[in-house]
Amino acid sequence: MARIVLDHIRHSYLSNPSRDEDYALKEVHHTFADGGAYALLGPSGCGKTSLLNIISGLVAPSRGRILFGDEDVTDLPTERRNIAQVFQFPVVYDTMSVFDNMAFPLRNRGVAEADIQRRVTETLEIIGLADRAHKRARGLTADQKQKISLGRGLVRQDVNAILFDEPLTVIDPHMKWVLRSQLKELHKRFGYTMVYVTHDQTEALTFAQSVVVMFEGQIVQIGTPAELFERPSHTFVGYFIGSPGMNVMPVTLDGATARLGSQTIALPGATSPASATRIELGVRPEYVRVGREGMPIQVRTVEDIGRHRIVRGTLEGTDIAAILPEHQELPAEPRVSFDPKGINIYADSWRQALGA
Amino acid sequence: MEKTWNNKAWFLVLPVLVLVAFSAIIPLMTVVNYSVQDTFGNNEFFWAGLDWFDDTLHSSRFWEALWRNLLFSGIILAIQIPLGIFIALHMPKRGWGVPVCLVLMALPLLIPWNVVGTIWQVFGRVDIGLLGRALAGLGVDYNYVQDPFDAWATIVVMDVWHWTSLVVLLCYAGLVSIPDAYYQAARIDGASRWSVFRFIQLPKMQRVLLIAVLLRFMDSFMIYTEPFVVTGGGPGNETTFLSIDLVKMAIGQFDVGPAAAMSLIYFLIVMLLSWVFYTVMTNYGQGNEQ
Amino acid sequence: MLELRNITKQVGAETHLSDISLRLERGTLNVLLGPTLSGKTSLMRIMAGLDRPSSGTIHVDGIDVTGVSPQKRDVAMVFQQFINYPSMTVYDNIASPMRVAGADRKSIDQAVQRAAALMKLTPYLDRLPLNLSGGQQQRTALARAIVKNAGLVLLDEPLANLDYKLREELRAELPRIFAESGTIFVYATTEPSEALLLGGNTATLSEGRVTQFGRTIEVFRRPADLITARTFSDPPLNTVAIRKSTGTFALGGGVSFPATNALVDVADGAYTMGFQPHHLSLSRSAPDAVALRAIVTALEITGSESFVHLRFGDADWIMLTPGVQNFAVGEEVEVFLDPRLLMVFDGAGRAVGQATALAA
Repeated sequence: MARIVLDHIRHSYLSNPSRDEDYALKEVHHTFADGGAYALLGPSGCGKTSLLNIISGLVAPSRGRILFGDEDVTDLPTERRNIAQVFQFPVVYDTMSVFDNMAFPLRNRGVAEADIQRRVTETLEIIGLADRAHKRARGLTADQKQKISLGRGLVRQDVNAILFDEPLTVIDPHMKWVLRSQLKELHKRFGYTMVYVTHDQTEALTFAQSVVVMFEGQIVQIGTPAELFERPSHTFVGYFIGSPGMNVMPVTLDGATARLGSQTIALPGATSPASATRIELGVRPEYVRVGREGMPIQVRTVEDIGRHRIVRGTLEGTDIAAILPEHQELPAEPRVSFDPKGINIYADSWRQALGA
Repeated sequence: MEKTWNNKAWFLVLPVLVLVAFSAIIPLMTVVNYSVQDTFGNNEFFWAGLDWFDDTLHSSRFWEALWRNLLFSGIILAIQIPLGIFIALHMPKRGWGVPVCLVLMALPLLIPWNVVGTIWQVFGRVDIGLLGRALAGLGVDYNYVQDPFDAWATIVVMDVWHWTSLVVLLCYAGLVSIPDAYYQAARIDGASRWSVFRFIQLPKMQRVLLIAVLLRFMDSFMIYTEPFVVTGGGPGNETTFLSIDLVKMAIGQFDVGPAAAMSLIYFLIVMLLSWVFYTVMTNYGQGNEQ
Repeated sequence: MLELRNITKQVGAETHLSDISLRLERGTLNVLLGPTLSGKTSLMRIMAGLDRPSSGTIHVDGIDVTGVSPQKRDVAMVFQQFINYPSMTVYDNIASPMRVAGADRKSIDQAVQRAAALMKLTPYLDRLPLNLSGGQQQRTALARAIVKNAGLVLLDEPLANLDYKLREELRAELPRIFAESGTIFVYATTEPSEALLLGGNTATLSEGRVTQFGRTIEVFRRPADLITARTFSDPPLNTVAIRKSTGTFALGGGVSFPATNALVDVADGAYTMGFQPHHLSLSRSAPDAVALRAIVTALEITGSESFVHLRFGDADWIMLTPGVQNFAVGEEVEVFLDPRLLMVFDGAGRAVGQATALAA
């Protein structure tokens, strides 16, 4: 187990990168604490898988260093970095039994057979495949194969970190819940540093203690799920996290109030950003109250997803979405108001602190 | 996937059926006909029953030729399959090297078989052939016309040169379809090069290897043109394979009856051995599935 | 109207579909919801004519089309893997069904421009599929399906290979596209939330059988059996064994509550009670809510909601509650359950005592 330090990593897949756009990873400088559970969250192409492969050593970064603890491992090959990685598609050695699959990494490292027996049996118990130990690995279901992939990592004594590259992609929705809880339990029990790459915010937010949101090769925000939800520091984070994402509307500022078209909205504090070209107000649908008082909206659709309803409409010409709890009625002339707790102001997409 | 039924497809196949009938089925029937009859030449045929079959199965000439075929096929498979896999493993999977290698591999397969024979016949000649002269210059006593071992060596090397590419191309197709994640996982598991080959590449190549082995076995067991052009079956009977013997008998000696019987026996042996190979390899594959 | 009568599909020893009968009306959106290998793709392939059923027939507007090839049927299909003609531009891809049908250039152009505008592809019409992102490739495939103006459009998990957010965006656009008149849409998915968002009708599939078919929100709120209830919940359905005797339901752990509404008429005996994760709450939501004490086994926070994993006796539950909760693992909490929102299933898994009036 170790601290993972990313020291000014830049990476390009082209041989002669010249401009910023040529870099898949523009600048990553971050420390993953020992024993932490992290998620790298972002859309396709944001560089999260590249970053994961740099950590595991499958890809060598164009610039920058990577350290495990105090040791510079930038030039160390994958086999010697003591990491385990679980891929998107289950990788199992078809010709071997489940037991042999798990024993494989240990046998390759010359561990004594008696130790192998012990560790593999233990790990099989943990991942719940003890009854299939001597069956062929081929012919198992997708989630069982992913457990084997995971088991191959857990079985090793010397693992510094476990890396997950969108591991639940091929798993059915029901099994996802089971596997996610198991991963959390594993993390609690063994305290490995775990880094989990995904584009699915539910997976990222439920798994991680700290989520790293990436966009176009850069880290946009790092925080706990609650911080990312309540105080997104960039409109992208507001948009990407939350289903539906944050409502963003262009406003003009006047001290501690914002004007949206003909409406005035009281802000929890004042701010006057110096030279911003675009001022926006961000408020999550969860903080938009629908009722008989407030600003009038035209409702376009109401989506019923069981546990609540999503009201989509237009407020002063901009789209807005609001969450309506399950048993609350939608009035004939709906009006909305914003809970001050959920109001954020953005200047050129970056969040501004609101003073008292 | 089931295709929806469409009778028009038969018309597309009809020309081929006619061709196959003329070039294969009718001649085959003729051979069967000859194999149970005897003639003294003037187009008069007498029923001979299974006499010819009996004779053939008791003739030492037949068994020696059969033995030569089995030996040859065995050597060929033992060399070409591992060599083919080895070359396929080292061919590039991406970049400009790919089309270059593929073309190089395809070249030997495009040459007409008798031309292959002629190339090697000249190549091996001690007086004007590049190989022959080089070996003579090195002091090696090489003469494929007179020395049985040299004759065999020449034919084997010629066949390897001619046909290994087929194995290479088939194995390459199998290898290229393996997703990168497998190799990455193997690196993380600390697998050695041999383990990667044994546990990832070989299992994934199983199906194509089956085809490769089957094709190479059948072709090598039925070999005719190349050795005939190079050695003519000699020296003496040393490289007289079943096919060459057959032709000698049927056309040279005009012993149509025994030749027909022998060719049918030959045909049945090929079918039997192919079936055995196929069953063994598909069961091996299915055993893995269980 | 598309009608399937007793469709069965056997492949070797496996039954992929067993005795399926459905009626899909014109101008409706129908969702096929079920886990992988439940038969969704097999069923769609039979609807399209790519496969023949082992037994049973398909009728379109009363005409038997069971043996008819896909080219002759009026059907368009969109697959999970973005399928486009790789050597044709986006424009040509979208135009291809009309070109095959022999339409004239002007109407092709009009239709393509309209479909491209609907799918937001207008700036990309000259590009090749490999120069497009995944989302754009799938939009191209969707545009191609729209342009054909077929009577039946089949979508087999079309958004499964897309990013979470892209999926959300495209899903929000789909109802607009589905507003085409007269077309029957069939949409296969493994995610219950997708079925709910799309609305329309839903058929839940399990192991080759259709367990229920009806308006989506009805099937969700009033599943006819336990399998349907399980198929339709994400997070997984919470269940617990209960016993009814003389007008009371007993849960074990000393908890019991009186039977109300239609549950009063249910016979005494052992049952399984099921309820959605969001029907457990931390506060007394109704005066007659049942109070339960359970132990927290895990906690997952998404920022806007928390999934609290609980253990009640032998049962493992998940509670979905708004806001960030900070329970410690092992802590005992008191949770409440509104008895009107419960579902009760008998030994055979069939729903019993469903209330006639639902809570709004």
